[in-house]
Amino acid sequence: MSKLLNVSSSPHVRSQETTQSIMTDVVIAMLPATAFGVFQFGFHALMVLAATILACVLSEYAYEKIMDKPITIYDMSAVVTGMILALNMPADIPVWMPALGGVFAIIVVKQLYGGLGQNFMNPALAARCFLLISFAGKMSTFKLDGWSGATPLAVLKTGGQVDVAAMFVGKIPGTIGEVSVIALLIGAAYLVFKKVISLRIPVTYILTVAVFVFIFGKQDLNFVLAHICGGGLIFGAFFMATDYVTSPITPKGQIVFGILLGVLTGLFRLFGGSAEGVSYAIIISNMLVPLIEKYTLPVAFGKEGKKA
Amino acid sequence: MGLATFKGGIHPYEGKELSENKPVQMLLPKGELVYPMSQHIGAPATPLVAKGDKVLAGQKIGEASGFISANVICSVSGTVKAIEPRRVASGAMVNSIIVENDGEYQTVEGLGADRDPAKLSKQEIRDIVKEAGIVGLGGAGFPTHVKLSPKDENAIEYILVNGAECEPYLTSDYRLMIEEPEKIVGGLKVILQLFDKAKGVIGIENNKPEAIKKLRELVKDEPRIEVCELLTKYPQGGERSLINAITGRKVNSSMLPADAGCIVDNIDTVISVYMAVCKTTPLMRRIVTVTGDAIANPINFNVKIGTNFQELVEAAGGFKTEPEKLIAGGPMMGMALFTTDIPVTKTNSALLCMTRDEVAANEETPCIRCGKCVSVCPSHIVPVKMMKAALKGDCDAFVKVNGMECMECGSCTYVCPAKRPLTQAFKEMRKTVAANRRKKA
Repeated sequence: MSKLLNVSSSPHVRSQETTQSIMTDVVIAMLPATAFGVFQFGFHALMVLAATILACVLSEYAYEKIMDKPITIYDMSAVVTGMILALNMPADIPVWMPALGGVFAIIVVKQLYGGLGQNFMNPALAARCFLLISFAGKMSTFKLDGWSGATPLAVLKTGGQVDVAAMFVGKIPGTIGEVSVIALLIGAAYLVFKKVISLRIPVTYILTVAVFVFIFGKQDLNFVLAHICGGGLIFGAFFMATDYVTSPITPKGQIVFGILLGVLTGLFRLFGGSAEGVSYAIIISNMLVPLIEKYTLPVAFGKEGKKA
Repeated sequence: MGLATFKGGIHPYEGKELSENKPVQMLLPKGELVYPMSQHIGAPATPLVAKGDKVLAGQKIGEASGFISANVICSVSGTVKAIEPRRVASGAMVNSIIVENDGEYQTVEGLGADRDPAKLSKQEIRDIVKEAGIVGLGGAGFPTHVKLSPKDENAIEYILVNGAECEPYLTSDYRLMIEEPEKIVGGLKVILQLFDKAKGVIGIENNKPEAIKKLRELVKDEPRIEVCELLTKYPQGGERSLINAITGRKVNSSMLPADAGCIVDNIDTVISVYMAVCKTTPLMRRIVTVTGDAIANPINFNVKIGTNFQELVEAAGGFKTEPEKLIAGGPMMGMALFTTDIPVTKTNSALLCMTRDEVAANEETPCIRCGKCVSVCPSHIVPVKMMKAALKGDCDAFVKVNGMECMECGSCTYVCPAKRPLTQAFKEMRKTVAANRRKKA
């Protein structure tokens, strides 16, 4: 045989899964919530979505082109960032604001720290917080059917009553993607089914919030359910807290991370100035990930009870 | 007994359907035979013959040169043509005895004679196994007589026969379990004779129901032997995974299976023990699966050790499509070959011919910290952190994150969505660390 064969070190087979296929799954999983958002809040929601995705993808392309780095826009991660950011926006925001957020997410939070896999905060959430601080008014004006309204958690904060069933379906004011619990759960089920995410982080996160608000808030089922369904907790728990790059890789660490998120969210919601706290809880916990990982490394097989 | 298993592991495409229903076919070599003096772990054997010598099948032509070493047995009759370095599957040049086959297969006197193991002492059995040149035929090639001579033979509680065959595509052990189950039980009984306190367990993955049925039937009246059904999952056949699945015990990198009261032997190894002890036949042959989507007729061969791989390819009908990658062994831990001009050695269980090289088809991208490598690692270590240390060449950091516990099974590399060459980097690091340790010692 004259033709030289490929030689490489084992293993010689690879799974079908790629970064691109995982990111595409995440996009698919967000489609029900996106569709609901567009259906409920109208055409302008679609404009916001287009603005963030375009801003993210174009800024990633431009940055990599200018810096003479390999172009990575086809891995779909910028699309995911853009989509998460859009779903975190009020539908009526002027489109240049979310677009600016997209540029901030990709350039400042992701690329300046080394690109995919190197950012220490969820880019979309960091961008949301950047916009919240910069444009507090526009970022917290939520309209439903043409009327400005308070979000359910804001109502709860001032002692009012909320309709949990409406929250479950999504007939409430809020950001584009956070309102419909049922649409989010359909997407989450897809991610779990495709084994893109495990339930460790979302379930511990949501349970911790429930326990926290039960103990420190009201011992009332309606109150606890409202806290679970409201304020983007479901969206945050399944789609943002589970971001691979900014969550612990160790199984035990993921549990610790979930509990930490739950406690912080509960604290911000019940004792903080604002009615909501998912975004801040996640980006603060993101920064503690290296520490959590350090103390939750699995014990090597056969080394239980022995010093490494 | 429920399905025994271990924590971690993967489910790659099995590909066993290509060859699992092909009965083992005897393959007689045509050309010269090459016997590398190092087909095992340990010191190379010393040649006992010289150029021009007449040799017989069953004759010892290489002598073990230390405690951890193994004899090499000639598998044909003929003339020694040369003693020179030849290339083996790993790519290394190894000193080898080359024998011109005269095609007559004349054997040494007494070969094939029946022998009653009950009349043999423990030491006699160990000596026979040693003389027969038997090593672990699953792939590692650790001399079997050394395994059978632990410090404290009363501490051995389990003799585990490894019938997991978890590597995709491989069907040689499966065929043996179907075709020669009596020899497996016979060999296991011989080994049990050495260890009074031990129980024999044959572990088989549940994707081989036929083999489980046959062996269960055979051992139903054997008080000291049982068959354990294992969950099909790679690397179930790894020594540590197998011990863990069957006994619940855990062996780490600084322990031997014997430290956990276990001895693990591959199916073909146990048959070789039976043949050596009960049939006075040393290790001269092995079963090799020739398979993959590039080969015309995937098949299992009974091959004389020393046969050229090219002869196996031809006997299997040649290539139906141009192969892009040839692998000696399975796709997870086998060695890629750049030529078929190498001899079958004691540890070559398969020749896998693939039309597509999945490794070359995938480009490496940055780690996205998905943690899949952590969840599949059977050693419960963190490949991500090992990779960080490996990329920096930092041996201390590598050891600190338990890099030496890696068994190089390749599971992390298989699942990695970023297609990073994890196992490949770990192999390098482990070699470097081991070499540094030897230097210090």
